[in-house]
Amino acid sequence: MTVSSAKEKTSHTVKVEIMGKQHYVPEGLTMLQAMWHTGHELTRGVGCLGGICGACPSKYTTPEDAKIKTALACQTQVEEGMSFSLTAAYYPNRKVVSDFKKMEDPKQEIFRLYPETALCRNCDACTRACPKGIDVRTGVWKAAFGQFKEGADLFLSCVMCSLCVPVCIADIAPNQVGLYMRRAQGIFFNEKSSHLLARLEEIEQGKFDAEWEQLLSLSDEAIISKSLA
Amino acid sequence: MNAFELSKQAVIDGREARKKGEMPRLSEDEKKALLSRYHPDLKEEAYTTIRIGVNKGQKTVHEVVRLLEGESPLAENPPDLTPKHQVDVLVIGGGGAGASAALMAQSAGSKVLMSTKLRLGDSNTVMAEGGMQVAISPEDSPVRHFLDTLKGGQMANDRTLLKTLVSEGPANAKWLMDLGVMFDREEDGNLSIRSGGGSSLPRLLRCKDYTGLELMRVLKDAVLNEDIEILEFSPVIEFLTDGNGTCTGAVLKDLDTDKRIVVQAKTVILATGGIGRLHIQGFPTSNHYGATGDGLVLSYRAGAELKFQDTFQYHPTGSIFPEAMAGLLVTEAIRSVGAQLLNVKGERFVYELETRDAVASAVIRECEEGRGVETPAGRKGVWLDMPLVDVLHGEGTLADHFPNMLRQFSRYDIDITKAPVLIYPTLHYQNGGVKIDVEGESTLKNLFVAGEASGGIHGRNRLMGNSLLDIVVYGRRAGVAAAKRASALGFCPLTLKHLEDFKTQKKAAGVVSETVSPILFPDYVNKG
Ligand SMILES: Cc1cc2nc3c(=O)[nH]c(=O)nc-3n(C[C@H](O)[C@H](O)[C@H](O)COP(=O)(O)OP(=O)(O)OC[C@H]3O[C@@H](n4cnc5c(N)ncnc54)[C@H](O)[C@@H]3O)c2cc1C
Ligand code: FES
Repeated sequence: MTVSSAKEKTSHTVKVEIMGKQHYVPEGLTMLQAMWHTGHELTRGVGCLGGICGACPSKYTTPEDAKIKTALACQTQVEEGMSFSLTAAYYPNRKVVSDFKKMEDPKQEIFRLYPETALCRNCDACTRACPKGIDVRTGVWKAAFGQFKEGADLFLSCVMCSLCVPVCIADIAPNQVGLYMRRAQGIFFNEKSSHLLARLEEIEQGKFDAEWEQLLSLSDEAIISKSLA
Repeated sequence: MNAFELSKQAVIDGREARKKGEMPRLSEDEKKALLSRYHPDLKEEAYTTIRIGVNKGQKTVHEVVRLLEGESPLAENPPDLTPKHQVDVLVIGGGGAGASAALMAQSAGSKVLMSTKLRLGDSNTVMAEGGMQVAISPEDSPVRHFLDTLKGGQMANDRTLLKTLVSEGPANAKWLMDLGVMFDREEDGNLSIRSGGGSSLPRLLRCKDYTGLELMRVLKDAVLNEDIEILEFSPVIEFLTDGNGTCTGAVLKDLDTDKRIVVQAKTVILATGGIGRLHIQGFPTSNHYGATGDGLVLSYRAGAELKFQDTFQYHPTGSIFPEAMAGLLVTEAIRSVGAQLLNVKGERFVYELETRDAVASAVIRECEEGRGVETPAGRKGVWLDMPLVDVLHGEGTLADHFPNMLRQFSRYDIDITKAPVLIYPTLHYQNGGVKIDVEGESTLKNLFVAGEASGGIHGRNRLMGNSLLDIVVYGRRAGVAAAKRASALGFCPLTLKHLEDFKTQKKAAGVVSETVSPILFPDYVNKG
């Protein structure tokens, strides 16, 4: 990231607009790198730098069409004529407390906690906004129909960037609905793992105690030869 | 075709013939020789002696020493120490360890405040791909997990800590699942397990290649659902002590307003993670933006002892091309299902599932001895041939098991089901950290440390999948222990006396420093 500041256009720079200001930056940089390159100090809008934490949602346009597109700024390379901005330092959102411990029927409870879920009007704006390529709209319908397993699978790669939230005309927070479905599926509907439960019981009954006692009294050499055995 | 393309073609052309080839494992002696020659941890000129503090006389890398010996941001104008918050337990860090600790402390009845540098969840935890080691299969046992880990850690691991880690693994996997974490399953409903480097049996629980995202998403939601106050964008910049070896609170910096926030806490849990963004020895890193070793700096200055502060994990397979992806991790799990490493001639040069230190050293050897491939930006690396996974296990395997990886590269028009990618070791993990006991307490009283910031559990080299386990097991233990301690305590005085002690020591040792630490963020901003 120690590329000299390119104020003039050369063969390897591209012209971009960052929050309305024009800059020339080397090609191949991501949006966030372009911001650093042009002197922006960043604390909000940056997290993992690996496309997985959802801290860097951004909006941008390119010269070929009027569409305002969405992206994760750490994962998107700048191109000639691009105009972009990090979307929001913070998305205001309603805080819903879902107490799974007290819940009896999560498939009903969803309509109390997230009543909007039933109001999807199929505009598909959420799906188009998703930078992870999730079929968000179908996921929301799965939630409404109680098909939590399929819905949970659809939201597997959701990074909670919230880009789907402000575009929803029915005020649904699809990412929150997706997360709720995933947790409910995990807590209420997934099978128990017999291997795991068996191991827990073995540990509880002290099955390994004697082995531990013997092992912890051994010298390094004896432990190495044991682990090679 | 240029050299780069020619070499790539050689890898593609040789794939079929390599498919069944065996690669001999390194003998203990070969491994030792390889490490001593090429491992970055053994590069003498990268190291220097710590001149002050508890670990005085010991060594670590220049980048860390510079921060350990740095000035406190409060040295010049100490704030008024009237507390703005008074809590039972202050949790510092919003990754997996911090979230687990906060949940346990809160459920034990403590009033909990969490400070995070970025948002809750923006961390190394969310980035974990490969999985979490837990010995659950009937063939496996905690003892075996212990032996593998000890061997991987060069026999240096604290054995009490390690025994607890492996023994409590199954219970902690269950705790996560009870919160809603979904690990991959086999057809029969049992948890699916995969092999990892240095492990004698498959033992990795995972959620495709989104294991960390799955864990963090659930833990974050669980924290948000509890009565836990969270101060985001408010990192700790200095500890407060009673002036007598006990931690009594901390000073935070609100990054939005630049204001100082004083917190008085009966007990403190530090879970600030690792050091990747210090770019030790110039390595790229797989870590998140906030991984700047703050935990080491803060604890050390307040008087806590460090353990294995001289050893770091360079993950063998960090992407180096395209440049925008430099440092980004390609999970080891891809090698455990058959992806091979190849030099410029398209030849294998190491058994791919040796421990990370050995594989990384072998990659560095290839590059230093002229068998590396150069990228257009001038980085050197070797090929990781991922399409082989589909050849071995059937088309669609990569897409099914590694959707994240597929997507990451596809953004740059690289199809990992067809072409190999270029990799080089990336700075990944701090093997050591603040020394803790089995309850997670450091040598500074009432300061508990959990997760990557702590040291001892993993010895001198952490095995894949043991860190996710560590952050949950020890995050929770610290939460429980800190809450218990707090319940029997009142508030203690808030002072910055440890800064005076530090200053005296510096003067005596002739240390002059122009660095203010913790640095909080790497400096990527172009000042030109
Ligand atoms: C790309 C990648 C892949 C990985 N894959 C695996 C894997 O497959 N299996 C495995 O076991 N391990 C893996 N690891 C390692 C593992 O993910 C981490 O070691 C572990 O998650 C660390 O957890 P933690 O809670 O200790 O720290 P982190 O998750 O890093 O959290 C630290 C938190 O502290 C905050 N913080 C930092 N400084 C301050 C401060 N001064 N004040 C307040 N807050 C602060 C940070 O912002 C962050 O919220 C991987 C790591 C990376 C980077
Ligand atoms: S910074 Fe984490 S997704 Fe972009």
